[in-house]
Amino acid sequence: MTEPVIFDLSSPGRRGVTLPEPDVPLQPLPRGLVRDDLPLPELSELDVVRHFVRLSQLNYSIDTGFYPLGSCTMKYNPKVNEDAARLTGFAFSHPLQEVTTVQGNLALMYSLQEWLKEIGGFAGVSLQPAAGAHGELTGILIIRAYHRQRGDSKRTKILIPDSAHGTNPASTSMAGLQVVELPSDARGNIDLQALRQACDDTVAALMLTNPNTLGLFEEHVREVVDQIHACGGLVYGDGANMNALLGVVRPGDLGFDVMHFNLHKTFSTPHGGGGPGSGPVGAAPALVEFLPGPVIEAVEGDGDEEAPLYRPVMPAHSIGRVKAFLGHFGMHVRAYTYMRMQGKSGLRAIADHAVLNANYLRARLRDTYHVPYDRMCMHEFVAEGRWDDAPGVRALDIAKRLMDFGFHPPTNYFPLIVHEALMIEPTESESRETLDAFIEALQAIADEAHRTPDVLLTAPHKTPFGRLDEVRAAKELVLCCRPAEMDT
Amino acid sequence: MAYIPHTERDRQAMLAAIGVPTLDSLYSSVPADVRFPDLDLPEPLSEMEVMAELQALAEANVDTRHYASFLGAGAYNHFIPSVVDHILRRNEFYTAYTPYQPEISQGTLQATFEYQSLICALTGMDVSNASHYDGATALAEAVTLALAHHRGKRKTLLMSPSVHPHYRQVVRTYMQGMDVTIHGDESCCTGPDDLVRRLDDQTAMVAVQYPDFFGHIVDFTAWAEAAHAAGALLCVVVNPLALGLLKPPSTFGADVVVGEGQSLGIPLSFGGPYLGLFTTKNEYVRKMAGRLVGETLDSRGQRGYVLTLTPREQHIRREKATSNICTNVGLMALASAVYLSVMGKQGLRQVAELCYHKAHYAADAIGRLPRYKIWNSGPFFHEFVVECPKPVADINEILLEQEIVGGYDLGADYAELKNHMLIAVTEMNTQEEIDGLVSALEEASHD
Amino acid sequence: MEYPKDLKYTKNDEWIRVEGKQATAGITDYAQDQLSDIVFVEVVAAVGESVAQGSACATVESVKAAAEVYMPAGGKIAAVNEALPTTPELVNKEPYGGAWMVRFELTNPKELDGLMDAAAYEKYCQERTH
Repeated sequence: MTEPVIFDLSSPGRRGVTLPEPDVPLQPLPRGLVRDDLPLPELSELDVVRHFVRLSQLNYSIDTGFYPLGSCTMKYNPKVNEDAARLTGFAFSHPLQEVTTVQGNLALMYSLQEWLKEIGGFAGVSLQPAAGAHGELTGILIIRAYHRQRGDSKRTKILIPDSAHGTNPASTSMAGLQVVELPSDARGNIDLQALRQACDDTVAALMLTNPNTLGLFEEHVREVVDQIHACGGLVYGDGANMNALLGVVRPGDLGFDVMHFNLHKTFSTPHGGGGPGSGPVGAAPALVEFLPGPVIEAVEGDGDEEAPLYRPVMPAHSIGRVKAFLGHFGMHVRAYTYMRMQGKSGLRAIADHAVLNANYLRARLRDTYHVPYDRMCMHEFVAEGRWDDAPGVRALDIAKRLMDFGFHPPTNYFPLIVHEALMIEPTESESRETLDAFIEALQAIADEAHRTPDVLLTAPHKTPFGRLDEVRAAKELVLCCRPAEMDT
Repeated sequence: MAYIPHTERDRQAMLAAIGVPTLDSLYSSVPADVRFPDLDLPEPLSEMEVMAELQALAEANVDTRHYASFLGAGAYNHFIPSVVDHILRRNEFYTAYTPYQPEISQGTLQATFEYQSLICALTGMDVSNASHYDGATALAEAVTLALAHHRGKRKTLLMSPSVHPHYRQVVRTYMQGMDVTIHGDESCCTGPDDLVRRLDDQTAMVAVQYPDFFGHIVDFTAWAEAAHAAGALLCVVVNPLALGLLKPPSTFGADVVVGEGQSLGIPLSFGGPYLGLFTTKNEYVRKMAGRLVGETLDSRGQRGYVLTLTPREQHIRREKATSNICTNVGLMALASAVYLSVMGKQGLRQVAELCYHKAHYAADAIGRLPRYKIWNSGPFFHEFVVECPKPVADINEILLEQEIVGGYDLGADYAELKNHMLIAVTEMNTQEEIDGLVSALEEASHD
Repeated sequence: MEYPKDLKYTKNDEWIRVEGKQATAGITDYAQDQLSDIVFVEVVAAVGESVAQGSACATVESVKAAAEVYMPAGGKIAAVNEALPTTPELVNKEPYGGAWMVRFELTNPKELDGLMDAAAYEKYCQERTH
């Protein structure tokens, strides 16, 4: 069932919103600069509402069902967060207002900075980056600035494990540095031997995701960090998998020098169909002065009674702004609300139940799906979506068939080091009943793969849409629909 | 434990299935000496208590619902039709992930395709991506596109000083490791001819803004011609709401059009999340950063949509990707699509005209005040610059006492523009409010 | 899988056909199979340009991957295949024939010595597909 495109619902003369007539005298419009036509659709408000409501009904979402996407942390998005972000004082304040008129906002941001510092074990935090990848670029630029400030411009290499998320090497290139890939060992850790060989005075940093994208806690994390520091490099932490570490260990205590957090993963802000997210960056004492700014500072009041004055300040040797204004404040409010409700004990409980859920799934599925690195995992694990005795069936087919059982598939084809990877992250939000239903579905699919593989190869069958032709999309490249009058 | 469904029975059964005795035993690979830190964080609050606390924080602010506001400078107080937020609150939209499984994500995919189409209609450009973080980072990515287009052989960017100061700072941050020369914005008031004179065979791109940071509207056709003659690309940074009235930058010959979409149905929200627009011509589509939705058919012959040209992106191309961007601002793109749909052809034109007329009414009245002078010469849209008799901060303090949020202090960014205030007027400012501003300014000019 | 005997091959899955001082290059059957449906080809080397061995001369994209094509040996470009941008699927159908990418005049024939022959390349491909 397809929904017409918005332009096809248009009818000339139809109005959605009406605005008041001008209450001021009219001025002549700027000559030669006024457009002739504005090819936007014309719909009534009801048309618009029905159109977008019907579109929404074609989507799967966390609020519909289980969404075990590895490294995405698809946990429940609390509704109170949404109400909080919409409070008038937050939603209708302008980012350039005079500081004394936005103390509520600045106090909230300051608290969030402080809590992230405490959770991560860092000396400073900037809330400005808009997403994880943005935080990564920020972190690499901080590292580069740190070395150059010490007069060291030889360090142009960033070491990155082969299991890393694609944003890691992409961010490195954007910072003008060179990627050196490091292999993983048989247990899914960084190969220490390879690391030792790669470490020299041209290395700026190692980018490390811990737990890594296999869901495994780096078993030699101390040696890895010490090795890099010994050759004068720094350690960048990709904090995408922080959900497993809340209250369990602080990356700063392990020696990480700079790290980004994903508020839209660990801290429950919603994914929105592709953002907005927020990627705050935490820094060790030596790097705090390089953070992007402004950051929020508290100036203590005169007496005991007086509240501090919060204000934005550029760090002394900041790498500069990475975004206009102060960051995704609407996401800061949501994360603040979440952390305030969880509190100290709640955060630890999140990690415990996320890790419990992942290991439960691993334990119950390992006999049906091969788990290549089969040791205690953290908040996620990777299974292989293939069997030698079910040729032709791949992770993609298992993923598509899962949709017929009412589940969103896990991440496929990542990390690259596992053949036909299925990366499964349940999060702490899911009950045992949901997990058991998921296990049953996967076991049924494994059975089908061996007996009636065709049903997988042609899946999904029960969804509103079948498999979409990606080759056609890439070759014919229709990226925009144009109403008839636009074609000249 | 908010939002965690497990009972003690669940935990015991699950630990047994895993084969470990306690939750703590799940963490044997974490070094014991730093394990389980005692975090200095407050204890949990209930939802009721948290909302009370947040209410107090929110009320500690001045906001545009309670005060008349004339503050713009890249973020604007516009009317947002109620429909927009109701659609954003549809659970299936905001709690969905990036549409990597298209069969169960056609809502997000089609809405994004429509967003891309609407932005192309507005800017006149061939193709739009699915959004960037904001206008500033979109401009930085436009520079990356220009550098890639020239295959690294041209490494100079010419930037007009009338591009938003934050945007120019962000471009410099992004380019700090890329051996790029950035110039053109050394003084506030470089005219078009000065900039054109600086074009040479090293210029990869020229960046200008429309309307510019000071509100000016300029026809950039001659700039595009000069840039193209020198082999450079022209990038125009736009306010898309102004395009409800003004000629689209495609008519000038722009190669890349980026901008800030906050004025299209997105609340001020103290600076974010906003919406980075990124559009270009067909010939540059493969160098464009960000996600792209394309039309196709499914196995049942139905028209559907998928993410396409994904080999440009980080998850495939890794260090050779056009950009590292992964999460963008999908929900904000949806907001602007709903806004543009419900405002429509007539509504957007109407709101742009209201802003224009009200701003000109305000400028006329302020220009008649003895101690103030309108700095703008030439046409402007909904912002203009006023030379004030006193420091802008002092004037704004007096305005606040009258429950008016005054304009932006340009002296903060342009040394030559001390005591100059950038005033924005939108459809949200009534004639009464504008008259109130004028008399408050008059009062503030006395000692 | 085809491994024409008259060609030489690189570790990056390019082939080269040499006729005197003239050479032609493209990507192999193994490469197109790995990439699957090719949707886009861009030859970045220009006619008249001298491109060194190992430098990129083209980019190939499928829906799930993108790959750089490097010169198997250095040379001055005499011709580029104009049909590829409009019919990228030729790379899948005729990797050694209609989907040649560049024709060039060899700068240094000695560079061919380091390349694999058909038998060695076939063995190399089999090792990779464990």
